[in-house]
Amino acid sequence: MMQHLPVLQVLLPLLGAPCAALLRGRDMAWGLALLLTGAAFLISAVLFGLQYNAGEALIYDLGGWPAPLGIVYVIDAASALVLPVVSGIAFVATIAARRLVEAEIDARDHALFYAAWLLTIAGMLGQVTTGDAFNIFVFLEISSLSAYALVAMGAGRDRRALPAAFNYLILGTVGATFYVIGIGLLYMLTGTLNLTDLAERLAEVESTRASFTALAFIALGLFLKMALFPLHFWLVPAYAHAPSAVSALMAATATKVSVYVLIRLMFGVFGVEFNGLADAIGLLILTLGITGAFAGTLAAILETDLKKLFAQSSIAQLGYMAIGIGAMSMTGLAAAFIHLFNHALMKGALFLAIGAIAAQAGRVSMQSIEGAGRQIPVTMTAILVGGLALIGVPLTAGFISKVYLVRALLEQNFWLLAGLTFISSALALAYVWKIIEAAWLKERPENAPALIETPVHYVPAWLMVFATIGFGIFAGPLVDAAYAAAAVFIGGPS
Amino acid sequence: MTSLAGQWNYFLVIALMMIGFYAVIARGNMVKKMVGLTIFQTSVFMLYISMGKVTNGTAPILTGADIADGAQTLYANPLPHVLILTAIVVGVATTAVGYALIIRVYESYGTIEDDDLIKMIEAEEEDEDKIGEAPSA
Repeated sequence: MMQHLPVLQVLLPLLGAPCAALLRGRDMAWGLALLLTGAAFLISAVLFGLQYNAGEALIYDLGGWPAPLGIVYVIDAASALVLPVVSGIAFVATIAARRLVEAEIDARDHALFYAAWLLTIAGMLGQVTTGDAFNIFVFLEISSLSAYALVAMGAGRDRRALPAAFNYLILGTVGATFYVIGIGLLYMLTGTLNLTDLAERLAEVESTRASFTALAFIALGLFLKMALFPLHFWLVPAYAHAPSAVSALMAATATKVSVYVLIRLMFGVFGVEFNGLADAIGLLILTLGITGAFAGTLAAILETDLKKLFAQSSIAQLGYMAIGIGAMSMTGLAAAFIHLFNHALMKGALFLAIGAIAAQAGRVSMQSIEGAGRQIPVTMTAILVGGLALIGVPLTAGFISKVYLVRALLEQNFWLLAGLTFISSALALAYVWKIIEAAWLKERPENAPALIETPVHYVPAWLMVFATIGFGIFAGPLVDAAYAAAAVFIGGPS
Repeated sequence: MTSLAGQWNYFLVIALMMIGFYAVIARGNMVKKMVGLTIFQTSVFMLYISMGKVTNGTAPILTGADIADGAQTLYANPLPHVLILTAIVVGVATTAVGYALIIRVYESYGTIEDDDLIKMIEAEEEDEDKIGEAPSA
């Protein structure tokens, strides 16, 4: 039983999806989704422990076929760190989904909603676990296709979800197809799809033009998927018009998984010394990252819709992760992993809290939260803490991310970039201040609809907020885990 | 010159890829975008199938005769075929979801032209802001 855990955490939600589609009744499908995401979270936590104790990668041969013949699932320090993030957030989002889905989605579609919900989670967990380049594509498409459907389900409340989902589909498919072209070229060069095997065989042919083209296709495809500036245009409408539960799940996990896959391919397969191109690629990613950080933050300041505001801020935060990757160093990669983890928690908290308001008030804009700080203090405080964490205020997880990011940049003497990172973080204060001003400093208009809050509204968001503060104060274990994850790809014992 | 002629299949792949990609980017009509996307994906299928071809190779089926003589039969690489079988399924699913979305967009907006849609969405967004400014609404 124990040795099958790596595959079980993917299989449970995958097989649960068709079952959920068949279930009828108000809460049956939700209960199944809660049970399975809970089980996946438990399994990934156990896997983290097992991997930590073993100190080496756990390999699972699917169907008993060893690598490189068969597909293997790999639990190493990196995947063991990302799995609990995805499954943990999926679990908390599922708890909150019951109310949000009831408020926003037609009762007939609930079973199908949870089917797509479980599929997208299975796809993300699969992408993180698998050690096969083509298998990553299959899981990428499983998670993306169900995500398009989930975004489109926002149409019952807001018909703009439909064109948003369509654009997401077009750009997502282009990104995934670019990735497949890259993998095809690699297969032609090496005759293998196993990531470890690929890395070994690619070293012999790395100076060919084909291998460089493969890297370009794969990187571009994944930049699109992770919404790196300037390939981010699908993200804001998709997150803003999707049902609130979907916004929370996807904002916290979907792009992070693509960041992880990018790291796995770029560092794990091509290697940091690839073809002497490390400097050029690093510079490209750094430039896009810092530009994205400014573009996202400035766009967020101008936004009046809270979902769009935090979607724009995601662009900025993904920019910081890209900066960590682009630093091409051990500390940089560790900073990227730390921020991946922390940002997932913050965005999860923010979108769950906003969802709790959206389920009552519809659109959550600066006007609709005027004076809300006094009416629903607990929910608004969750948004406030999440916002402060985005800026990187001490005692929140965001502070830890920024410290390691700046440290990585200073190690390489990127003084200008470190300064720019600091400035763009400080600029985030502007949009958080806008929320504070609207929610606490303004009176609630008399004719505005009354907002209510009970524990069911704010507990899921606060679970994330506590995690954000917890990992901000006791960051040691996370930092160790992130360095272990970075060591899988870079500066290892060799 | 021989290498160019010998690689005609790859030039065909690249031509199809560019035609498809151009249609995805440049066309405003959602159906035409989907057609472009399908052509784009099909070109990748052909790229994979091409690489599995082995000159004079047969279908990769192990027959009794092969085992008896111990002879090595030359056969095409089956792995790219299997991969593309999967990719075709993914492509069909993408197409289905895409056209389903187009139908829903047409039902609620009455158009599937990007330019018209953008105008309508912008108008909706302005209305929303006005409602917000005047809470009496």
